[in-house]
Amino acid sequence: MRRALWHLAVLALLVPLLYPILWLTFASFKPASEIVQSLALLPRDAILDNYQRLTGDFAGVPAWRFFVNSTIVAGGCAAANVASCSLAAYAFARLRFRLRGVLFAFMLATIMLPVHIVLLPQYTIFQRLGLVDSFWPLILPKLLATDAFFVFLMVQFMRTIPRELDEAARIDGCGSIRIFGAVVLPLVRPALVTTAIFTFIWTWNDFLTQLIYLSTPEKYTLPLALRLFIDQTDQNSYGPMLALSALAIVPILLFFAAFQRLLVEGFATSGLKG
Amino acid sequence: MTTGERPSVAYLFLSPWIAGAALLTAGPMLWLLYLSFTDYDMFTAPQWVGLDNYVRMLTVDPHFWNAVLATTKFVVFSVPVQLAAALGVAMLINRRSRAQGLYRSSFYAPSLLGASVSVALVWRVIFHDWIGDPDRALLALVLLAVWQFGAPMVIFLAGLQQIPPEYYDAAAVDGAGRWRTFIAITLPMLSPVIFFNLVLDTIRAFQVFTGAYVLSNGTGGPSDSTLFYTLYLYEKGFVEFRMGYASAMAWLLLVAVAAVTALLFRTSRSWVFYGDDA
Repeated sequence: MRRALWHLAVLALLVPLLYPILWLTFASFKPASEIVQSLALLPRDAILDNYQRLTGDFAGVPAWRFFVNSTIVAGGCAAANVASCSLAAYAFARLRFRLRGVLFAFMLATIMLPVHIVLLPQYTIFQRLGLVDSFWPLILPKLLATDAFFVFLMVQFMRTIPRELDEAARIDGCGSIRIFGAVVLPLVRPALVTTAIFTFIWTWNDFLTQLIYLSTPEKYTLPLALRLFIDQTDQNSYGPMLALSALAIVPILLFFAAFQRLLVEGFATSGLKG
Repeated sequence: MTTGERPSVAYLFLSPWIAGAALLTAGPMLWLLYLSFTDYDMFTAPQWVGLDNYVRMLTVDPHFWNAVLATTKFVVFSVPVQLAAALGVAMLINRRSRAQGLYRSSFYAPSLLGASVSVALVWRVIFHDWIGDPDRALLALVLLAVWQFGAPMVIFLAGLQQIPPEYYDAAAVDGAGRWRTFIAITLPMLSPVIFFNLVLDTIRAFQVFTGAYVLSNGTGGPSDSTLFYTLYLYEKGFVEFRMGYASAMAWLLLVAVAAVTALLFRTSRSWVFYGDDA
C-alpha cells in the first residue's frame, strides 16, 4: 500500500513535468488553429500537414540540410572533445611535469568561466582568420580541449584505474604513448562515451555560439532554422514550427534512451568526487 | 616512473590543451580587457577611450541597469526554487525500488532538453498569454529554469545515498521525528553537495540566454523585463557591433560572477559541514 502510494506520488510529479514534451509531440500533428486554442494533449483531428510542409524550403534551404549541418557540428565537436580532452586528462592524471599544479588549477578555474567572456574576443580572432560563417569556430575550440569540464571528468575517471596496470606495462617496455593507447584509453571507455554524448547533445542544443558564427542559411543548424519561426507572427507557421521542434529533439531522446544510465551517473559522480 | 622518460612527453599530451588555454582562453581574456577600454566596431582599428565604456555603462545607460535587475531577479528566484525542488524530489525517490533508475532518468530528461530552442518555442506557445506582461514573462523563464531541476537532483540523490544508514538508525532509536532527522542529519551531511549545486547553479543561471532570446524575440522585452545580461551583451556586441562596450560588459560579468562565487565560499564556512564519517 505504501509502495503504491509512493509510485503514485512520483508519477503525479512526473506527468506534469514531462507534459510539455508530450504536448509538443502530439501538437505537431494538430492543425494550427487547434495549437493556439488548447493545451489538450490529444489532437481533435490528427493531420500530417505540418510534417509535409517541412519538405518545402526554408529561406531557400531544404529542411534536411539543417539536420545535416547540426550533425556535422555536433558530431565534429563530440569527436574533437573525446580526442583532445583524453590527451590532456592523461597528462594531468598520470604524468609528472614541473607546471602540473599551476596548469591543473588553471584548468579547474576555466570550468567556472562564463562562456561570454571568451566568446567576443574569440569572435574577433576567427573574424581575422576569415573563418566566420563556417563550422570551424564551433569545432576548433573543442580540438584544443577548451571544454575543461570533460578534461576534469576524464581525470577523475583515470584516477580510479590502478597504477599497477601502467607500471606493469612500463616494465614491459611501453612508453607513455603506448600506455595511453593500449592501457588507459580502453579502461576509460565509459568516460569517453559520456563525453561524446554530452558534447553531442549540448552542441546540438547550443544556440548562442551558432547564432554568432553562422550567417548564411545554407550553413544554418537546427537551432538557427527554428529561430526563423520566431519572427513569424502568423499562426499558420505554428504547425511546421512544432513539427521541426519535435524532430529536432528526437536525436537527444534517442541518445538518452540508449545511454541514460551512463549519462545520469556520469553527471552525478562528476559532482561528488571533486 | 623509473624509465627516465623525458618530461616533455607530458607536454606533448598537453599541447592541444596548452594551445587552447593560451590562444582561446587566457589570451582572449587579456585582449577583451584591452578592448573594454576602446571603441571597436570590428571594421576599423580599436580607438582607446579609457574608462568611457565603464562610465557610460554605469551612469548613463538605463538598459544596462535593467539588464542587471532582470538577471538578478532571475538568479535570486530560479536558483533557490530549483534547488529546493531538486532536493525534495531526490528525497522522494531515494528509496529501494526497481523503478528508481527509471524515475531518476525521467526527472533528469528536462535538463537535457531545456536549453534547446525547441523547448523554448514550446514555452512560447504554452505561455503566450504571459510573455506580453513584464512580471509574468520573467516568471515563465524562471519556470523554464526550475523545470530543469533534474541535473542538481541526480547529484543530490547520489549525495543522499552516501549518508551512512547508521545515522538514521541512531536517530530513530533516539525517537527523532522526520523533520528533526532532516534538520539534524540530512541537511548537515548533505551540505557539501548543497554548496556544490548552489555554486554551479548560480554560475549557470547568470549565463542563461536561449529562453530569454526566444521568448522575447531577441528584444528582452516587454519593457526590458527579460533583458538578461547575456542578451544585452549579445545585442551590443553582435547586433550593434559595439565591441568595446560589450567587452566592458563581459569583464563586469566576470567580476560579478567571481564576486558572487567568492561570497558563497565565504558564507559556506558557517554552514557547510565537511566531517568525515569516522
